[in-house]
Amino acid sequence: MRFIEASDQSLLVEFEGGISLETHHQVVRLLRALEAHAFAGVRNLHPAYCSILVVFDPLITEPEQLEDQIRAIDIEHAALPAPRTVEIPVHYDGPDLSDVAAYHGITPQRVAEMHSSAIYTVYFLGFVPGFAYMGGLPEAIATPRRESPRKQVPAGSVGIAGTQTGVYPFATPGGWQLIGRTTLDMFRPDRPEMNLLSIGDQVRFIPA
Amino acid sequence: MSIEVISPGMLTTVQDLGRYGYGPLGVSPAGAADPVALRFGNRSVGNPLNAAALEMTLLGGAFTFPEGTVVALTGAEFDASIPLWTPVHLDPGATVKVGGSKTGARCYLCVRGGIQAPRFLGSASTHILTGLGGRHIRRGDKLQIEANAISDPIQLSRPDYLRKNLRVTRGPQNFGEDALLTFCSSTYIVTDDSNRMGLRLQGPAIEAPHGGQMISEGVSLGAIQIPSGGQPIILFVDQQTTGGYPKLANVITADLPSVGQLRPRDEIQFELIDARTARRLLRERTLP
Repeated sequence: MRFIEASDQSLLVEFEGGISLETHHQVVRLLRALEAHAFAGVRNLHPAYCSILVVFDPLITEPEQLEDQIRAIDIEHAALPAPRTVEIPVHYDGPDLSDVAAYHGITPQRVAEMHSSAIYTVYFLGFVPGFAYMGGLPEAIATPRRESPRKQVPAGSVGIAGTQTGVYPFATPGGWQLIGRTTLDMFRPDRPEMNLLSIGDQVRFIPA
Repeated sequence: MSIEVISPGMLTTVQDLGRYGYGPLGVSPAGAADPVALRFGNRSVGNPLNAAALEMTLLGGAFTFPEGTVVALTGAEFDASIPLWTPVHLDPGATVKVGGSKTGARCYLCVRGGIQAPRFLGSASTHILTGLGGRHIRRGDKLQIEANAISDPIQLSRPDYLRKNLRVTRGPQNFGEDALLTFCSSTYIVTDDSNRMGLRLQGPAIEAPHGGQMISEGVSLGAIQIPSGGQPIILFVDQQTTGGYPKLANVITADLPSVGQLRPRDEIQFELIDARTARRLLRERTLP
């Protein structure tokens, strides 16, 4: 673990190993442990692929104290919750589907088959409420982001970028290649569990 | 008790001190862009510091109070029908008119009792991009006033806290000393493409390490990220919670309210200090 002061009120805790399932499991273990310990002065946690940004109130705690508290956590033996599996129905008719197919020299139908054949892992939620960054996209359809992002991507759009996939919960700007759409609500503030997906979930896309 | 919106102004939203603790869901804090002004306003009308108020941007609105009440207008210098930074008793039917700002970007109309608005994750702050929480004020809206006052109105001395010379600490990525030197010895201009999510600056370009490639990570409020092209962006209250651009520096917490008062074409400079000094400055500031 590496500790970096990202600002006067935040500490970046970084794991080695880049983007991998192993590193992801470390992040989830540390996240759950930090939520359970609720150290005084911690205001927010921003998990990502291989790090957690710990935001604190500098009037209550200091980064040195937080670092000591975090180092004292036995992360290797911390609980790793059993993953849930969530299925998301997708209409594979996105505006970038034919571009993605052409990029790889395959048919749009083959893109849909490959996208819906994999099992994905939710590495973290970020960008906007409920946006799940999912890893596990088959390399054969991995595609760079669009050269210029769209100003408005409709809510429910299913996109890919590199070896990631994700679903836009809200109409927002976005640069991912849109290959389909789902009618499921990724985020609803009036639901007990507002976000459809949580960090660590296993996800399958089912052609609708 | 209610408020009638005669005209909403350019961009008026309900804001309190924001929602914290929901980073794992991708939810940013939102909240007042200038929390110092909000706190002073709330305290002077006898509200809890976190009460919801109207945040106006560059051009204010007009609001009628059919039953009268006590209000306070705080923040940047706006043309207004009432004096700023002081509690004002309004007779039934009185209208408060707020015009354009002379300096700064935002002012807060705090109403005794607090403004009622939908709460999302414990806060009435409006997240503009997603529409979650709070309320984006429109012409003809009728707002309800809550009954949450906790003390009598009080005249506070006006704080002096706004700066155009923002102090920063080092960011999490190492850009090298030359980049920091360029950044801290230059003048940057706030562009029109600036809002509550982030302020885009224009000035000498900064070169990001490793061609700007990095793995996405959590981003802090006030982070100065360097996208391709090298023109800095200050991430602000409606920010995304994670990002993949390297961060050169971070505005210190004590100077974040000043960021909330920057407006397009403002010229700003940056001064590098260490995080320990930044936290001392935060402890030393006077807040209600």
